[in-house]
Amino acid sequence: MKKELRLMKGNEAVGEAAIRVGADGYFGYPITTQSEVLEYLMSEKPHERTGMVVLQAESEVAAINMVYGAAGAGKMAITSSSSPGISLKQEGISYMAGAELPCVILNVVRGGPGLGTIQPGQADYFQAVKGGGHGDYKLITLAPSSVQEMYDFTILGFELAFKYRNPVMLLSDGAIGQMMEKVELTEQKERRTTEEIVKQCPWATTGKPKSRDHNIITSLELQSDKQEELNHKLQRKYKQVEEDEVRYETIQCEDAEYLIIAFGTSARIAQKAVKEAREQGIKMGLLRPITLFPFPKKKIMEMTQQVKGMLSVEMNAGQMVEDIRLAVNGKVPVEHFGRLGGNMPSSEEIIEQVRKHF
Amino acid sequence: MEDIKKAEYLAYKKTEVLTDKVLHYCPGCGHGTIHRLVAEVIEELDLQHKTIGIAPVGCSVLAYEYFNVDFQEAAHGRAPALATAISRLYPDHAVFTYQGDGDLAAIGTAETIHACNRGENIVIVFVNNGIYGMTGGQMAPTTLENMKSSTSPYGRDVKMMGSPMKMSELVANLPGTHYVTRQAVHKPGHVRKTKRALKKAFQYQQEKKGTQLVEIVSNCNSGWKMTPNKSNQWMEENMFPFFPLGDIKTPDDK
Repeated sequence: MKKELRLMKGNEAVGEAAIRVGADGYFGYPITTQSEVLEYLMSEKPHERTGMVVLQAESEVAAINMVYGAAGAGKMAITSSSSPGISLKQEGISYMAGAELPCVILNVVRGGPGLGTIQPGQADYFQAVKGGGHGDYKLITLAPSSVQEMYDFTILGFELAFKYRNPVMLLSDGAIGQMMEKVELTEQKERRTTEEIVKQCPWATTGKPKSRDHNIITSLELQSDKQEELNHKLQRKYKQVEEDEVRYETIQCEDAEYLIIAFGTSARIAQKAVKEAREQGIKMGLLRPITLFPFPKKKIMEMTQQVKGMLSVEMNAGQMVEDIRLAVNGKVPVEHFGRLGGNMPSSEEIIEQVRKHF
Repeated sequence: MEDIKKAEYLAYKKTEVLTDKVLHYCPGCGHGTIHRLVAEVIEELDLQHKTIGIAPVGCSVLAYEYFNVDFQEAAHGRAPALATAISRLYPDHAVFTYQGDGDLAAIGTAETIHACNRGENIVIVFVNNGIYGMTGGQMAPTTLENMKSSTSPYGRDVKMMGSPMKMSELVANLPGTHYVTRQAVHKPGHVRKTKRALKKAFQYQQEKKGTQLVEIVSNCNSGWKMTPNKSNQWMEENMFPFFPLGDIKTPDDK
């Protein structure tokens, strides 16, 4: 079959993927670095293409709570925002994690804190992988580094979200959201029928037939022992996710003496740095975590056998580097190089940092 | 004893749309009656199999334990956002929120007003007792001028704390609302009127007429620190003049 290729912005690719995977609803609010998701969906008339509901909410808070309602009723719902808006969504995200509701949340990260800047950033790493809102919870966090991955991970995100009944975060950034690349599109999937939803999500509030008890979606449990057990259940789920869902890419790691660890836009630049470093005779390799939670701890630990040092390249003041240090446990030196304020690292800077530290 | 249970002697039967759980509400509180009315309306309109309710944060946070229909528990004030998505994705279902004054008129003001403005096809049951009951009697957006609460211990000073809000009148001005009414449940006559109002609201919702809001001015004898009887009397003398009962917007007004 002939491939269907299209030149798209990263944000548009997420919108198209949502339609094609058979999502039931998108609820969002405009904010720079990601407004194209909502604009694209509105212009595509998904209500005509698949019956998908697209709604501009009154706030990010309302948008995530619309996603909560949709997910609680077994529907495939997605929202997107950029850093300040993702902060607003944290209440709803915590409630969704507590109520074990599946959804996809796209964060097209910009530099912060506060209003920060509209240039790309990766300073929302902690917020994404450590929970973000109140309580002990985790989001499955995927880090796309191309427009194709924005498309693919939207689809993968829904798959993981429903597999684990857990919100999935796509931690992208302003560069990947805005840039245009060729995307290979997948075939249009049918949206699930109500019967299929009832079968897939027997817990969902789809309307109570006589044959079953009423379904309740809640994160509330006032009895401490029961609440503790619910928390243990969540922790067991996250453990399982750590066992089964780690994803990463290695580039020229086979003989690497120095390892760069980077995700998203930083990983693209680091890939160029690896190539240039090797031309200069430095055996550099790149490990690109695709899942930030679960974090590829085992692979990183394994790499300590081989490399003299690791450099975490991030567009923040040093966040993922903490998880790398935990994984490495002092076996090899781990350094951080970050650009802030919406700036991106250059391949020259990365090589210079490796020369300086190791 | 068995004789009394015969069908022909049956004067009242609890609706199956309520579960058998014992209500946690304080004796004298209106929530129990309002729950029963909503449940009876759902039964009489044969909507149990396609009702999705949204519970608030507040005294009725556990409403989902009592209604024998599918239910979602929302974050504080966000019920209309949940209801928006659910009713759009299940357009034939009976979708309703059950909210108190703190939930609907303070932290959820934006969600309430915008759901009403978009004319989301939902029923909003708004129980207004002028106080935060569950958290222990703090001032609500609907607390009356000079009314005492734990956070307005010398009475609500409107210069400092703002004036009580009339949410029903406010949303009645929006084109998306179809039916807005204010009722009470402290006397049998009012209970009957409230039931009729709720029934209309659910019927209009099923006819896809937009947002239906039924405000019920109720008491909070615990929070107001009065006996139930005294609280009902106080409600008539103080709440009703500021929150007058009756229809605020009906389909005929359009």
